[in-house]
This record gives sequence, structure tokens and C-alpha cells, in this order.
Amino acid sequence: MADGPTRYIGMPHKRLEDRTLLTGGGRFAADLSAPGQLHMRVVRSPVAFGRLRSVDVREARRLPGVVAVWTFADVERIPPIQIRLTKIGGLEPYQQTVLARDYVRYVGDPVAAVFAEDPYVAEDAAELVFPEIEELPACISATEPPREFMPETLPGVSSEAACVTKAYGDLDAAFAAAHEVVELEVAVGRHTGVPLETRGALAEFDPAKGTLTMRGAAKVPHYNRGQVARMLDMPDEMVHLIQGHVGGGFGVRGELYPEDVLVCHAALRLKRPVKWVEDRQEHLMAANHSRDQSYRLRAAVDARGFILGLQAEVFSDQGGYVRTHGVTVPDLSAAMLPGPYLVPAYRADVHVRLTNKTPAGTYRAPGRYESTFARERLLDAIAHALGRDPVEVRRVNLIPRDRMPFDRGVDTLGTRVVYDSGDYALLLDKLLAYLDYDRLKQALAARRAAGEHVGFGLGYFVEKSGLGPADKAVISIDAEGMVEVVTGAASIGQGIETAMAQICAEVLEVPIERIRVVHGRTDRIDYGMGAFASRVTVMTGCAVKAAAEALLEKLAGAQVGTPASAEGWFRADHMTYPYGIHAAVVRVDPGTCAVHVERFVVAYDIGRAVNPMLVEGQIVGGAVQGIGGALFEEFVYDANGQPLVTTFGDYLMPTLAEVPPVEALVTEDAPATQNPLGVKGAGEAGINGAGAAIAAAVDDALGRPGAVTRLPVTPIRLHRLLGERD
Amino acid sequence: MKPAPFSYHAPSTLDAMLALLAEGGEDGKVIAGGQSLVPMMNFRLARPARLFDLNGVAELDFLRAEGGWLRIGALARHAAFHRPPCGGPTGALLAEVVRHIAHYPIRQRGTFAGSIAHADPASEWCLVAATLGAEIVARSRAGERRIGAGDFFLASLSTALRPDELIVEVRLPILDAGWRTGFCEFSRRVGDFGIAMTAVALRVESGVVREARIGVGGVEDHPARQPAAEQALVGQPVAARAFAAAADAVAGAVRPMEDLHADAAYRRHLARTTTRRALEQACAGSGS
Amino acid sequence: MTSPHDKLAVTLAVNGRDYRIAVEPRRSLADALREDCGLTGTHLGCEHGYCGACTVLVDGVPVRACLMLAVQAHGRPIRTVEGLAGDGPLHPLQEAFRDEHGLQCGFCTPGFLMLAAGVLEREPDIGDEALREILSANLCRCTGYQNIVKAVRAAARRIKEAAGRG
Ligand SMILES: Cc1cc2nc3c(=O)[nH]c(=O)nc-3n(C[C@H](O)[C@H](O)[C@H](O)COP(=O)(O)OP(=O)(O)OC[C@H]3O[C@@H](n4cnc5c(N)ncnc54)[C@H](O)[C@@H]3O)c2cc1C
Ligand code: FES
Ligand code: FES
Repeated sequence: MADGPTRYIGMPHKRLEDRTLLTGGGRFAADLSAPGQLHMRVVRSPVAFGRLRSVDVREARRLPGVVAVWTFADVERIPPIQIRLTKIGGLEPYQQTVLARDYVRYVGDPVAAVFAEDPYVAEDAAELVFPEIEELPACISATEPPREFMPETLPGVSSEAACVTKAYGDLDAAFAAAHEVVELEVAVGRHTGVPLETRGALAEFDPAKGTLTMRGAAKVPHYNRGQVARMLDMPDEMVHLIQGHVGGGFGVRGELYPEDVLVCHAALRLKRPVKWVEDRQEHLMAANHSRDQSYRLRAAVDARGFILGLQAEVFSDQGGYVRTHGVTVPDLSAAMLPGPYLVPAYRADVHVRLTNKTPAGTYRAPGRYESTFARERLLDAIAHALGRDPVEVRRVNLIPRDRMPFDRGVDTLGTRVVYDSGDYALLLDKLLAYLDYDRLKQALAARRAAGEHVGFGLGYFVEKSGLGPADKAVISIDAEGMVEVVTGAASIGQGIETAMAQICAEVLEVPIERIRVVHGRTDRIDYGMGAFASRVTVMTGCAVKAAAEALLEKLAGAQVGTPASAEGWFRADHMTYPYGIHAAVVRVDPGTCAVHVERFVVAYDIGRAVNPMLVEGQIVGGAVQGIGGALFEEFVYDANGQPLVTTFGDYLMPTLAEVPPVEALVTEDAPATQNPLGVKGAGEAGINGAGAAIAAAVDDALGRPGAVTRLPVTPIRLHRLLGERD
Repeated sequence: MKPAPFSYHAPSTLDAMLALLAEGGEDGKVIAGGQSLVPMMNFRLARPARLFDLNGVAELDFLRAEGGWLRIGALARHAAFHRPPCGGPTGALLAEVVRHIAHYPIRQRGTFAGSIAHADPASEWCLVAATLGAEIVARSRAGERRIGAGDFFLASLSTALRPDELIVEVRLPILDAGWRTGFCEFSRRVGDFGIAMTAVALRVESGVVREARIGVGGVEDHPARQPAAEQALVGQPVAARAFAAAADAVAGAVRPMEDLHADAAYRRHLARTTTRRALEQACAGSGS
Repeated sequence: MTSPHDKLAVTLAVNGRDYRIAVEPRRSLADALREDCGLTGTHLGCEHGYCGACTVLVDGVPVRACLMLAVQAHGRPIRTVEGLAGDGPLHPLQEAFRDEHGLQCGFCTPGFLMLAAGVLEREPDIGDEALREILSANLCRCTGYQNIVKAVRAAARRIKEAAGRG
């Protein structure tokens, strides 16, 4: 079809998405409007835990411009929000209703919703809603003993919702044979995705067609459509969720939240379009938080530092309710903790505990940022205990290439964990060569000798991507040769239009300019899994490839200009497992107790890159988030469960000034064996090992192995650690 | 995050503004740069019923050196200090300090006098005012008062200004070439409010400190000079030992606030560091 | 004496065009641009001055539109991202952001573009360090900033070259 063979896959093609976004033409949730729309404002609990006795809405209802004020009584027929992923039995009591019923369980828990003609008036009215709450002592730590979840209304239901256990091998034998047992207790603070766009939605009911449409969807529109339909008692096909532009996802946005259901329900009931735009303060206490896990590790090691067995007890702070992610984070934590190492015997018990903080869900590299931090701290502790070099201890433990594919011995997200391909030692060699490791160590030692506090650290990790079970794409070509690719994926700003167009262009051999990619619309395609778990490039990408090939077959022998359309599927029972290493050089200023990241390197094997420019962009952006979580970002609560971090003045996302240029060393040594493109995902490559690498580097800078046991390494913590005189 | 309702008044003369303030009572508020007030209104932490916009009062838009003072009119913006507004150590100090105040776009609107009126404990301008001994010129229909910086800042967000008074001008002494100035601040990120900061001005003769002004901000509920540290320094040769002694004196004297980002011990530690570094900066490359 | 809910007649001169609107005094400039002028390219990421997604030029200087009232901008020249290129080819900054992959989700992009435009117009010869300091005024959660800095530098070069030729 084309003039000559043009390569698209593997090329750093400029993004198709950009022009619109650069000229102010983006259509983000808050940019949408419909004539006659109402504005919703949610009234939230000011206390962390309490018995909700009543909600006085009389004054709010009287305010001119207010159309309705709802409390639980107005939504009592709506079932609680269901668990989408990693559903296990017994979680039902912990699910969140769209407005609080008889307890409030975190500051920010929705207790009422105001609908008004104007967003300013809605906010005025929200101030006139007075919940009467009998405050109860809040639980703010998952390592405290469990209590009753809602003592009066759900007697006997424990705040430990579940314990996720994964185990294989003979742990007793491992400990019996141990040369040494290394123990460690570490924790990762509470932080989360915090996309720059807050959440938002616009729901409209079309009485003529009987359809309900919600714009502002993201991530998993197809799944959420089904849920909204079920909760509001409508047939699936009468509900449409449509995604516009999305100002960042990171795991947080696009899950089904109470507010989404409220706007949809209000559009039906009030018979007017209803718009909701979250403000930043709300976002920081209402959208999913993440991380917040404590690890107690025990490792049996031999004299070389080889881990014979690893036992882990983990406490996962789930916050006020179990939301759509179920036990995804605990499950991934337990499954991914052994990482790139052989670890012949293993057991992890992850306690999922409800506290009185914002409910938790996933954030980029869920369960891996945390478990990588814990595991790599352990490897450093083993090296220290045995007086060996940390890099050498890792080498001793790495899974050798000839053991691939490697059955990890556990399941996660409903699939068996089988590392499909990888040459872990090779990537380590490449990284050390890139760093000129020996010279770097010498240079740092010289600077330390001169009085500076500088250090190096690294963290090795295995990632996962391409979660099945299936994806579908439909490609059509019209008489003018214009191509449309419709997928069930969702864009969260990661450049998927471009990547999908590249794959399509490569197979069809048409110029990429002729391709249009459609996604995130339940009205255009009946099946779609959305965008999460770094699945799009792999799953949707392969479906696009299949559809393009099917289209080529149809067109074979047909006249030029024949319109045609074909669909393609890709199914996968197993995920594919990319891997990487983060390396950091930091300088600690003892005068201020601040940590400065001087250098940050991400080595990553992606299998095969569809667009290296996008891959690098993902890595650099992720790394900066990882540095944020390692040094700056944390949701802190006081003893009463009051959140102390509810503004951007206190939730400290790094600016340009806090981060070094991130160096990405991307290799393609281990293509995926599970898919025809050989691709693995890149979404979580940049963030996974950042906490681990920075912690190790800080230890090294202080000359105190094992000093860092908790993220983020804030100046106040470092000051306590250094025990400076005063 | 939208402000509560208010009525808006934009006088174009100082007299009209003072008349508004006189009748405005407790629920009226002046808006200058709005860079502190508007965020507080958006959070509904401030909810004035009447807003008096200063921006149209052109007669207060000045910044000039006159008779040994730098006269900073109420509408002089932070950005006006990106280049030294006067010669000598005072100008150099101001141009150094301004880079630590918020960010470039915020500095285009925020005013020097607004910072003084707002009296955030971590305001750099308040620290400079306290350290150099500024005079705050307050005007109401009843007349004009000049308040020394030492008497002006009372506590966090609290000053000696009366509700019907407007800061029309802040005056800073222009130090002669015998003085050296230094400034050091620590904040979590660039542009954030500092957790601790020190401003110093030293008059040095033949390598010996003759006069010292050392002010610490962000540590206590308002910025203040540190007499013990100043005394520790006066008469001493310019040297690391003397700086360390002064820094220790600061650490010993301050009664630090506690918040999310710093407990008392850490703030004290920081105050020692910023003091030592400000002194080093003041004397760096002086060859004395 | 006016009531707080009385709307005031305000003229916003945005990108060379006058928008005559009526707003409550409490309406922010950002909301007025977005809701009353229909210019939704100016984004709101925090409404308390920290993120810079709302950055626009007023009288040629970058300011936070969430911290200014619409009434305060009456009659003053305002520029937003919609006016950067007009209907013509992309502005060199926009081109450079595309070429250097200086955006991912694009939510922070209008704010960065206007910040950079305001600075480069006033200080075309700005040094590297000063530029980095100014760009640290805005938050981006996606890109890690590296490519934003590259893009602004590249644009600065292009603008100067064009000026040199012109
Ligand atoms: C993101 C961000 C970061 C910031 N970081 C810093 C920082 O690091 N350091 C810092 O010092 N500031 C910081 N600020 C605040 C900024 O410097 C403000 O500009 C300053 O505090 C107040 O000046 P303004 O002119 O904006 O005053 P406004 O916000 O207009 O007013 C503040 C208060 O002062 C009163 N007022 C103003 N002018 C007068 C007057 N002439 N007479 C009597 N009363 C008056 C007002 O009524 C109001 O109560 C930051 C602001 C933001 C948004
Ligand atoms: S929206 Fe204005 S600075 Fe964030
Ligand atoms: S590109 Fe998403 S916030 Fe900057």
C-alpha cells in the first residue's frame, strides 16, 4: 500500500496527541459542560471515625440556587461500590457506600451531596450542611491490633479484612541450614499518584433514548459502565462512559468512586446534566492513597549471602474501606517480594487492615515500590551482616538466564507468576559498565574522605506487565485510505494513540498520518479492559497487530480504495515480566539533614520498545515520582486521624529543582515470549526501585549501613537518625 | 475551593481607601497582591465581607532610595527586587533574598508591604525588616504612625496594625559600604516557605566585627533579632570560630515552633546551620 | 452599596479580543476565562498557587490566574495558551514541546507554555540556571521535567535565530 517499506515500530515517532494539547484544545473533565447543568459538591466528614447520628440539611436546602441536598436516605437503594480486582471472599462488609450510612471512617468520607446552579453556590451550601457525629477513637496504624470495624452495626467484624498468604518451598529446612539469619523491619509511608488534574465528571440523561452518559471517565470505562448500570439498575447498553483527555492516571484516577455514582444517579433523578469537579484539597483526602506498608523480614542465608529462605510478615494499611482494588496491592506485594532472586523457600503473610485514613488503592508499581524497597534493604542488610559487597550479594542470588522461563511458585492477579525471559546478570553488568562502577566508587570515597557525605545505592526489581485476559481492536479503512483503529484501551496521558498507530502503520504499511485511534468509549466498542498494570502496549498493541493483519488478509487482491474493516483479538494467560535496576548517587547535608539526589540511573530491559521516546518519557517521569516518594511525599495524620497534609504546600511533589536529570539505559535483551511483538510494558519501570536505591545511597553517604528503615527519608527523620546534638 | 461571597471596592486614591477602612470595620479587608489572601479565601479560611483593592491606588506604587532609606510603597511587588533596588549591602541583600520568596509568577503580584502586613513567621521580608530595623508607616483617617519592626510583629499572622490602618510604606535603612550582609534559608523545596532562615548584617573594621545584626525567621512565631548571638560576635575577628559561637547562641536562645516538617530540635539545628552559613556568606571573599 | 451577589460588568481583553462578561466579585480570573470566555486551555490544578497550571500572561507577565480576581483583570491585556499560535502554525515553544516530548497528559502544558513565553519575551538571553529556577514554579506529574527544560531551551534558540534572521 505504501511507497516503500517504512518502519514504525521501534522509532521515536512524535506524538499524534500533542497538537490539540499544545493549543489549549484538550477536553479534560472540567472543560466539559452541558446546557442546564447542575454542580455537585460533596460534604465530607470532618472527623476520622464516628457514629453518624444525623445530617441537618435544612439550611443548605433554603439557599437560593440549591436544587437538592442528599444524604444516605436518598441513595440507600444504591449498593456499595464493588471490588473490581483481586476479589476474595469476606470483603463485602468493608465496601464503601456512596454516602456514609451510619459510620464515618475517615476525614473526607462523603456524608452528603449538594446540587446547585453554580459551583460557587454549591460550595456555599455545603458549608450549611451539619452532620452530627459522635466521635470515636481513631485507629491510624495497621500494626496496632485489629479492632471492630463498625462496632454497633457490624458487631464482630474485625478491622483485619484479610490475610493474604503466598508460600512455596521448605522454609523450616532453609532456616535449619542457615549460616546466618538476617532480620529487618522497614516501612513505606503513605503517598499516592496525585495527577495534576483532579477528578471530575459530567453525567447526562437523555430521556428520549433512555441513555445515561458519563464523560470524564478514565482507565477502565467498560468495567465501570457495567458497575454504574448495575448499581443504578439499568441495562448495560443504556449506560455510556466516555473518556476525554485525562490529566494523569497513575493508578488513582478512573477507578469507580462514590462521586461517579452520585453524579450519574443525580442526572437520572434530577433530570438535568450534573457536573462535578473535585478540588485539590478534596483530592488529597478522598482519592485513593497508596503504599503505607510495614514489612518484617527474616532471611536464612548461607555464607555467600545466598538466600535459602525468606519469611515476611507485612501490614498493609487499607484506610477506611476496601475499594475497587480489593486486595490487589497486598497480593502483588506478596507475589513480587522475592523479585529477581532465586529464593528457594518463601512465605509471606500480608495483613490487610482497615484504619481511619483515606481508603487505599494502587499507585504506579503497586506492591512493588514497597516490596522492592523491603527486599533490597534486606539484600543490603545481608551484605552488611556478612561483610560482603552489596552488588556481589545480589549477583549470588540473581536467577540465572538458563532458568528462564522461571516459575516463581506463586500466583498473582489470578495468573501464575512465570518470568518469561530475562538475563538479570547481563543487565547488572551493563549498568555497572555504564556507571564505570569502580571509578564511581573511588570518586565517592575520595569525596567522603574530604568530608562530604555522598553515597551510592541500587535496587534491583522485576516488573510485570500485559495483564490479560484479552483485548480487542477493530480497524477500518475507508475509500480515501483513511484508517480508524478502535480499541477498548484507555488513555491516561501515556501516548497510547501514537504507539497504537505505530503498530497499525507498520503492519498495514500506511503512513501514520492517515491513522486515527479511538479509545475509552463504551459506545464505540463493546469490549475493553482499559489501561492499568502497564497492559496497554502489550495487550492492546497485540490486538491492534492482529486486527491489522486480519484487515490485510481481507484486502488481499481487493481493488485499491475498497473500504473494509476487520477485528483482532489478543489473549494471554500469563503476564510478561520486564526487569530493571535503579541506581542513585546522593549527597546528605548534615547541616540541614536534606538529601540531594545528584544522579539517578534507570537500567531497564523492555523486551522490545514500540517507541523509545515514549519509553524514556515514562521512565523519567516515573523516576521523579519515585524520588518524590523516597524523599518528599507523605500523608501524615495526627493521633486523632486528622490529615495534616491536604494542600500542595504540604504534599511535596518534586519540582524541577529537586530532581537530577534521570538517565535511562534501556536494553532489549529479553523480548517477551508471550506475545508476537516481544514487547513488555514500561509504565512502572521508572518508579519501582527508586525508594530502594535512594535508601541504600543515603546509608552509604552516612557510612551507616541499615540506617534508613522508612520512606520517605525526610529531613526531620534524618535529623532524628543522626541524633545531632541539641 | 471558591471564596465565600464579598463585595468589591476599588478606590483610586489613598484617601478613599482610608475612608473605606474607617467604615469597613472588622469584616473588610485590603487586598494587595492577593498571593496570601486569595489562597486563604479559596480555602475559606479568610472570609471578608468586603474587599478593598489597593491596586488602583497609584500613589502607593513606588520604590526609591531617599535620605538614607529605601522607601518601599505599598504596591511595590516582590519582582521589583529581582535587581537590587538600591546600591550597597542593603540592595544586594534584598536581591538575594527575593529569590527565596515563592516563585516567579507569584512574585509578579505579591507585594513587600503585603508580606509585612500578613506577618507569616516564615516571611523573608518580615525577617529582613526585623533584622535591618525597618520602619513601618501605617496610615488611617486618624493620622500616621511609624512603627519599628521590633514592635510590629507580635505573633504568627499578628501585628501591631489596627484594622483601620493601612501600611502605606515600609522603610529600610540603606547600609553603607562598611556593612556586609548574608542570608541563608532552608526550605523543603525551592519556593516553599522556609523552615528556618537567617539574615545578617555586620559592620566589619579591619577584620573585626564592630556591629552585628542577626535575625532568625521561620523558627519562632515571628522573626526576631538574636541579641545573644549578636553580642557573641561583636568584637570578634571574622572567623569560623566566632561564627560557630554565634550560631550556638542562636540555637540556645530560640524557642522553636513545631509542625509537620520540623520539630523543635530539628528547627533549632537548622537555625544553627542557617546562622553559620549566613555569616559565612556575609564574609565570603571579603579578604578580611 | 453593592451586594456580594451583584454581578459586575467586566471586560477581559484576551488574546486581542474583548470579552464583555458579568461576574460576581469573587469569581477568579481562571474561572472567568474558562467558564465565561470559554477558554478552557487555562487549567486549574490546585487553586492555591502551587501548581501553575493556571498560568497566564497579564500585562505580559506570567501570573497565577487562580489567585487573581476577574474584576482585577478588567481592561488589561491577557494572553492564554489559545492565543499562543492563533490559527497559524505552532509557536516555537509549542513546536519544541512536541519535538522534545515535553508533554504527556498535557494538563500542565498550557501553564508551562505561558510561563516560558512570558519569560522568554522579557528575557530572551536568560541563562540556564535562571531558566531552571523560573521553570521550577510549575508542577508536572508526568514528564519528570527533563524534556520540558530541553523544549524551552530549544525554543529559546529558535526564537533568537528567527529574530536574528528577521
Ligand atoms: C505558592 C506560594 C508560595 C509562597 N511562598 C512564600 C514564601 O516562600 N515566602 C513568603 O514570604 N511568602 C510566600 N508566599 C506569599 C506571598 O509572598 C505573598 O505575596 C505575601 O505573603 C503577601 O503579599 P500580598 O501583596 O500578596 O498580600 P495579600 O495576599 O493581598 O494580603 C495579605 C494580607 O495582608 C493584608 N495587607 C496587604 N497589604 C496591606 C497593606 N498595605 N496594609 C495593610 N494590610 C495589608 C491583607 O489584608 C491580607 O490580610 C507564597 C504564596 C504562594 C501562593
Ligand atoms: S491552579 Fe493556580 S497555581 Fe494551581
Ligand atoms: S504532562 Fe501531565 S502533568 Fe505535565
